[in-house]
Amino acid sequence: MCQVDEEYNGQLDHRVTPRVSKKCVKCKENTTVLIIRAGDAFCRGCFKEYFIHKFRAMLGKNRVIFPGEKVLLAVSGGPASSSMLSQVQEGLSRDAPKKLRFVPGIIYIDEGGASGQSMEERKRAVAQLESVFRATNYHYHIVHLEQVLSLPSSVLEAGSSATGKPPTGSSYKAAVDHLIPTRKNQNQHPDLSVENAQSHLSNLSMQEVQNGVTSPITPEHTQALKRLFASVRTPTAKEDLLHTLRQHLILHTARTQGYTKVMMGDSCSRLAIKLLSNISLGRGASLATDTGFSDPRHGDVVIVRPMRDYSSKEIAYYNRMFDIPSVFIPGLDSKAQDKASIQRLTESFVTKLQTDFPSTVSTIYRTSEKLHTACPPQNTNTQLSAKCLLCVCALDTKLEEFSAYQATLISEQLSQRRGPGPEFTPGTTAAPGSPPASSAGQGHSSGGGQSQGCETGDGGCCSSAKEPETVDLKSLLCYSCRLTIKDMTALDALPQYILSEAERRRSQMREEISEFLLDEEEDEAIPRVNGS
Amino acid sequence: MLLKQLETDRGGAELLFGSVKEHHVTLPNQSEPWDMKQLLVWIRGNMLKERPELFVQGDTVRPGILVLINDADWELMGELEYELQDKDNVVFISTLHGG
Repeated sequence: MCQVDEEYNGQLDHRVTPRVSKKCVKCKENTTVLIIRAGDAFCRGCFKEYFIHKFRAMLGKNRVIFPGEKVLLAVSGGPASSSMLSQVQEGLSRDAPKKLRFVPGIIYIDEGGASGQSMEERKRAVAQLESVFRATNYHYHIVHLEQVLSLPSSVLEAGSSATGKPPTGSSYKAAVDHLIPTRKNQNQHPDLSVENAQSHLSNLSMQEVQNGVTSPITPEHTQALKRLFASVRTPTAKEDLLHTLRQHLILHTARTQGYTKVMMGDSCSRLAIKLLSNISLGRGASLATDTGFSDPRHGDVVIVRPMRDYSSKEIAYYNRMFDIPSVFIPGLDSKAQDKASIQRLTESFVTKLQTDFPSTVSTIYRTSEKLHTACPPQNTNTQLSAKCLLCVCALDTKLEEFSAYQATLISEQLSQRRGPGPEFTPGTTAAPGSPPASSAGQGHSSGGGQSQGCETGDGGCCSSAKEPETVDLKSLLCYSCRLTIKDMTALDALPQYILSEAERRRSQMREEISEFLLDEEEDEAIPRVNGS
Repeated sequence: MLLKQLETDRGGAELLFGSVKEHHVTLPNQSEPWDMKQLLVWIRGNMLKERPELFVQGDTVRPGILVLINDADWELMGELEYELQDKDNVVFISTLHGG
């Protein structure tokens, strides 16, 4: 099998120019307009049915959206999220008893400050999108990325989920059944949440004030944001940071406005690319939550991805054929080179492979479906300290003695020049990774005696005032966030809420470790007492 | 004289054409009928304002760019071998992130 001169002719699933019949595979009558999935040709009507059905099937299969819930739709203006918006409209408008029942809201995040657009361009894009949103009659929020600078640090805490345990299938069914017999009396719903949500919604539509743009931004904010992104050296880290900040903003809006679910418009192709690039970025541990249907890492707000079964080709055709309005807004990576960042490289790799081997994306998708998150224990204390500061996934840098990550730290330390300051930080970051075992871990970690000394001195002995910031952040981050932070030159450009939350967690950790420090001081004190 | 309507729509392909979404194009006469391959060469030479490698790759369009001929998938028409008719409508949609 693994020889030098391999002959692969005719064995691989190579693409042949399809000689399909001109009739739709489903209805067998109309002429085809579109090929999906390497061989299935659909006519226009059947394609529309197929498309709409997939959306509802996706929501129905994963029963996480309960009737009456407030759901925030994250719309970026691009084809996939605009398509999602139109599907939600379609699903909510049907008179059939099986219509979708939740209360939608829309959020759009204006990232023009980070991608270098001028104010006029941003205003134009926002105006275009606002007209689209107004046509839907849903409550919408337009949030500028600059507002990330003034978020409260509670954003980074995982809230507890509304119900103690994950909702089971039977409770979902019960909730849906409640609604069906009461269609006659629209005013009296036994299901209180639906009633509250509907009255809430009618109140909202009365108040024009709340709808729309949040507080206007000042040029200083834009400057601060530009400074933050300018301090990131690589485009890979920029995209990663942008994604993280965007998530925080969406989460904050969802929490303050009372939304319990967020719908993101990631398509199948996009998620396949995200899966592979996340592995390259070091996020392998959180693949299931990053690319799965539901993302429960924030606790009280669950992120769902209902478009994950649609390839980008299907979405593009649907938007074109049925005139779904979408606005193209150039982002950080528009017109970038293929090799500019890991994400771009992965995208071009997967897309090129897809043209020759059309089952690439679906294979990756099916593989990602098999990934599941292990349910974490319901102990909130351990959970809080064990979450990454930026991406709120479980920290995967808990140190075992002979882990691969330890080896990385040791070689990093050895390959740096000897001298005071930064070289000691890898050792110090190694130490406070995990609670009670840390004192034993300290002896084994690469820092060894130095880390103990630094620990008792609160990290102040061998580093300047700036270094503890690097130290503090690194120990609170997962592996890939550490890599992102490593690419930043000015950490103080980070938004205030991140820095203050880091400080808070750091002092919390100091308290936990102080118990052990006390023992050592007592040990040191004893000889002195005896001596004197 | 073949009259064509070219649209570069959504997903940013219009950025490569000077942000113009719709183009009405008259192709010069020639003895054999125009096919898609020749059309792409013509577009690359006459219409692409910048970064040709983001649109055309070798003989064909870059992977990730969809082509619709008269609102139908060009794969059904034979892709590059399709012969253009008068007043055909060709749409290029980019599904990629960057450009």
